[in-house]
Amino acid sequence: MEKKILALLEQRDGKIKKSSFETLAVAQHFASSLGMSVDAVVIGDKIENVSDVFSYCACNLVHFSNAALHLYSSSAYKKIIVEYAASQGHEIIFISNTALGKDLVPRISIGLNAGLVSDCTALNLNEKDIIATRPIYAGKALQEVKLNSEVKVYSLRPNVFKAVQLEAKAEEKISVAAVENPDLSNRVKEIKRSEGKLDVAEADIIVSGGRGVKGPEHFPLIEALAEQLGAAVGASRAVVDAGWRPHEDQVGQTGKTVSPSLYIACGISGAIQHLAGMSSSKYIVAINKDKEAPIFTVADYGIAGDLFEVLPVLTEEIKKLKG
Amino acid sequence: MKIAVCVSHVPDTATRVKIGSDAKSIDPAGVSFVLNPYDEFAVEEALKTKEKFGGDVTVLSVGGDQVKETIRKALAMGVDEGVHLKSDEALDSFAIAKVLADEIKTTGAELVFMGKQSVDYDNGIVGQLTAELLNFNSISVCVSFNLDGTTVTAEREIEGGKEIVETSLPCVITAQKGLNEPRYASLKGIMTAKKKVITEKILPAAAVVVENLQLKMPVAKNPGRILGADSSAVPELVKLLHEEAKVI
Repeated sequence: MEKKILALLEQRDGKIKKSSFETLAVAQHFASSLGMSVDAVVIGDKIENVSDVFSYCACNLVHFSNAALHLYSSSAYKKIIVEYAASQGHEIIFISNTALGKDLVPRISIGLNAGLVSDCTALNLNEKDIIATRPIYAGKALQEVKLNSEVKVYSLRPNVFKAVQLEAKAEEKISVAAVENPDLSNRVKEIKRSEGKLDVAEADIIVSGGRGVKGPEHFPLIEALAEQLGAAVGASRAVVDAGWRPHEDQVGQTGKTVSPSLYIACGISGAIQHLAGMSSSKYIVAINKDKEAPIFTVADYGIAGDLFEVLPVLTEEIKKLKG
Repeated sequence: MKIAVCVSHVPDTATRVKIGSDAKSIDPAGVSFVLNPYDEFAVEEALKTKEKFGGDVTVLSVGGDQVKETIRKALAMGVDEGVHLKSDEALDSFAIAKVLADEIKTTGAELVFMGKQSVDYDNGIVGQLTAELLNFNSISVCVSFNLDGTTVTAEREIEGGKEIVETSLPCVITAQKGLNEPRYASLKGIMTAKKKVITEKILPAAAVVVENLQLKMPVAKNPGRILGADSSAVPELVKLLHEEAKVI
């Protein structure tokens, strides 16, 4: 029997997420290298962009459908995926390590008696073995691991693997499987959205404020720059602990680990636990009065000046550029 | 009600990590270890739940003798008793989940709290693995928790919002920052903790599912350029971001 890879995709509001295309590109890469075929699974009600799947991966897509599965249910998702993967004999499973992926994947690995490496940032082949690299201590070090189990599950850190497109779109092979009586013993009843707010975990650009912002009343300076850039607003631990910003904005070891294309740190000195959470950003800009601040050791570009003077000018210049 | 809380003993987040001579673990010299920050929220929620509904709370921790210090910290916060699941090996998440599940079964706990991840290996999977092995429900990354009869409702953090999740006991809850404000151990608590019982159980060797090959340091970034000391550097910054970095 041909060996098979399973790519688990995630939909939100009936749309497959960008991080799932990264997952598909990884599945495609290993399918080519190892001579395996790919099945992909998405669970939900109506899904509008299923056809995009085939721009990233030549696969069979199975859409498990039920109106009640529009929102996530860990019990139902687990049962569907474990039964499907067991029946098809998938040996390698990829999923993006999003909030949903993190919650779901340990459940699946127990159900399939599979090993799991979570939050991978690199996957390399050594002969037939996949060597997975994952950040530990919030990125202060990296760990290389290998799974000894027969079925292997890898969750991939979002925004790290490139969603490489196929040269030509693959044939669309989609089957819809209606799910009867899903197990909703553990389910999301509703989602409370932070209205109009971009999450630091998903943003391509982040503008973060630290103690140098001097108080919550000055955060509009940060927000104005973020708005011009279409960026999320982040915060240091000091600022969150002081109650200036909500904890979901915190970047660092006890907050979120982020790797956006651009991270702008304003009035952040760069405590080691903060650097751990953001130093894998592709480009880092630091604006801080103290030119000896550790943040400048990781910044690509810095302005050692007063953010109250620099930020309004920066916001204005970006506005001109975009205009 | 029987409540269990699982904690780990981890390097303080201010630690500068150095890799040990075996290239498979960090050099513990000069590192100060603490109760895992997310586990503090778990201990607090376990104590609050006990205060509301009665019962007792047992703290479990897996590791070498040094984890007793962290067990004492939880006892000082108000946990009733401790179990030290002793192993000097570096166990993977699957082995840890297995010993926790076995011990939770022994204690008869139907509600289990733990941090959403430990800030050393950052796997973030032990909570759900343990729940699955026990055949318990579980909700991960919780910022609120409510128990009504056997119905559990919790809010969990997701990208750009929160999910309100409903399930029932028995259940494992993993704690995220924001769940509560952990209490400080009082002097009285610290004194009483010294008299509380910590049961030690020696663990047999475990199978290795996730083989640790080596640890590496990330490639250090070259320090960049300081472009100036005031807003006169802004045009150059914008030009570099646009033309060199191509990120705006």
